[in-house]
Amino acid sequence: MGFLFEDGNFALFRDGFLQTIELSALSALLALLLGTLLAAFRVSPVPVLRAFGTGWVTIFRNTPLTVLFFAVTFGLPPLGVHFSHLVFAVLALGSYTAAFVCEVLRSGINTVPIGQAEAARSLGLTFGQTLTQVVLPQAARTVLAPMSSVFIALPRNSAIAGAFSVSELYSAQQTFSERGYSIFAIFFWVACAYLVISATVALLFRFLESRLAVAR
Amino acid sequence: MSKPFTRSTTAGVLFDAPGPKARARNRIFGVLSLLGIAGLLWYVFDALNDNGQFDAALWDVFQYTAIQQRIVDGLVSTLEAFGLAAVFSLVLGALLAAGQLSEHKPVRWVCVSVVQFFRAMPLLILIVALYYAFFAKEPMWALVLGLSLYNGSVQAEIIRSGVNAVPRGQGEAAYALGMRKTQVMTGILVPQAVRSMLPTMIGQLVVTLKDTSLGFIITYHELLFVGKAIATQPLNSAGFPYIPVVLVIGPIYIAMCLLLTALARWIEARGRRGANRRTSAAA
Repeated sequence: MGFLFEDGNFALFRDGFLQTIELSALSALLALLLGTLLAAFRVSPVPVLRAFGTGWVTIFRNTPLTVLFFAVTFGLPPLGVHFSHLVFAVLALGSYTAAFVCEVLRSGINTVPIGQAEAARSLGLTFGQTLTQVVLPQAARTVLAPMSSVFIALPRNSAIAGAFSVSELYSAQQTFSERGYSIFAIFFWVACAYLVISATVALLFRFLESRLAVAR
Repeated sequence: MSKPFTRSTTAGVLFDAPGPKARARNRIFGVLSLLGIAGLLWYVFDALNDNGQFDAALWDVFQYTAIQQRIVDGLVSTLEAFGLAAVFSLVLGALLAAGQLSEHKPVRWVCVSVVQFFRAMPLLILIVALYYAFFAKEPMWALVLGLSLYNGSVQAEIIRSGVNAVPRGQGEAAYALGMRKTQVMTGILVPQAVRSMLPTMIGQLVVTLKDTSLGFIITYHELLFVGKAIATQPLNSAGFPYIPVVLVIGPIYIAMCLLLTALARWIEARGRRGANRRTSAAA
C-alpha cells in the first residue's frame, strides 16, 4: 500500500487523477451541450432534424466506446485531423455520452405535463421559445436522477481513454504494473480515486436535486 | 388532413399540427437542414475520398478468405465472451439480489457493499487488474469475470427493484397461504419481477455485449482486436486500412446491439398484451 509515496509515484498518480478529472469535465460539457441540441432536434417539427437526431442516437448508443475511441484515434489522423490525444478522447467520450444525455432529456420532455406546452403555444410562443423557456427547464429538473447515473458513468468510461494514449488514471495503473508493484495495492489506490470521483458527482447531483426538485 | 382538430401522429407535444404557413416554414427549415446535413456528409465523404480511403486497393484485404475467416473468428470470440458473461452475470445478479433482500443483516450488508463497489468501479480497471493478477495467460477469463462481476451487480439492482415493485399483497397472500420464504421468493416474487424487468435486463445485456470490446485492451482476440490486427499488418501496400476496418466492424456491433434491443422491445410488447397487463412503475 505504501508504494504510492515512494520514488515520485505520487506525482504520477496525482497527474493521472487530475487528467481523469479534466477529461471527464470537458467530455461532460460537450455531452451536455450536444445532448441538449440533439434532444431539441428529436422533438422538433422538422422531420429531417428528427431523423438526424434519431440516427445519431442509434449509432452512438450501439457502438462500443472502445470502437469509438479506436475510430477517432486511428481514423482521424490519416484524414489530416491532428489534435492532442486528450481532444480525441473528449470527442469520442463526449459524442458517445451525448446520445445518452439526449435520450434522458427526451424522456424528461415527455413527462412535462402537456398543458404546459399547450399554454405556451396558446400564448403565441414559437417552438424554440416553448422548448427553451417552458419545457426544457422543467424537463431538466425532473430527469436529474437518471442524468446523475449518466454522469457517474462518464468518469468510469473515461478509463478507456487511458488505453488510447491519454495519461490518466488507467495509464498510471499500467505504469505501476510495469514497475512491478503489487497488483492489489495498485488496484486499491486506483479504485479509491475512482470512488472519490463517483461519490463527488453523486453528491453534486444530490445537492442539485435537493435544490431543484419539482413537487408535483 | 380532413380532421383539423386531431393531432397528427407526427405532431409532438411541443407543436401543433402545422397549418399552411407553418408547413411552408417547416419545409424551408427542412430543406436547409437537409442541405446542411448533406453538406456535412459530403464533406466527410470527400475528405475520405481525397485521402484515398475508398481506393479499391485499401479494401482488398477483405477479399482474402483468410481475413474473412479471421473476422468471423473474432465475432465468434466476442459472442463466446458475451454468452458466458451474460449467463454468469444473470446468475450472479439473481444471487446478489436475493442476498440484498435477505433478512439476515450480515448477508444483506455484504451483498449491498459488493454490488455498490463493483458498480462504482470502472470495468476496464477491474478487467486489467484481473488480467495481471490471475489470468495473464487467458485474457478471456479476465474479460468474462470482469464483465460478470460488473454486470451481475447491475442486474442485481434491476432484479431487486423489480422484486420491490411487485405489489406487496402478492407476497403477503403467499405467506398467508403458508408458503415458506424461499417458496414466496422463487415461486411468487421473482417470476413477476423478471417478467416486468426483462426489457431492462436485456438492455443491460446490450451493455455487456458492447463492453466485450474491452477485451481488445487485454489482447483477447475478439472482433476489435482482429480489426486492429488486420489494419496494422504490413500485407497491404496501399497503406493501413484503419477507416475501412472501422466501417466494417462498427456496423457489425451496431447490428448485434440493435438485434438485442429489438428482442427487448418484442418481449415488452408481448408482456403488455393480454390479461397480464400490469407492468411495474420502475420498468
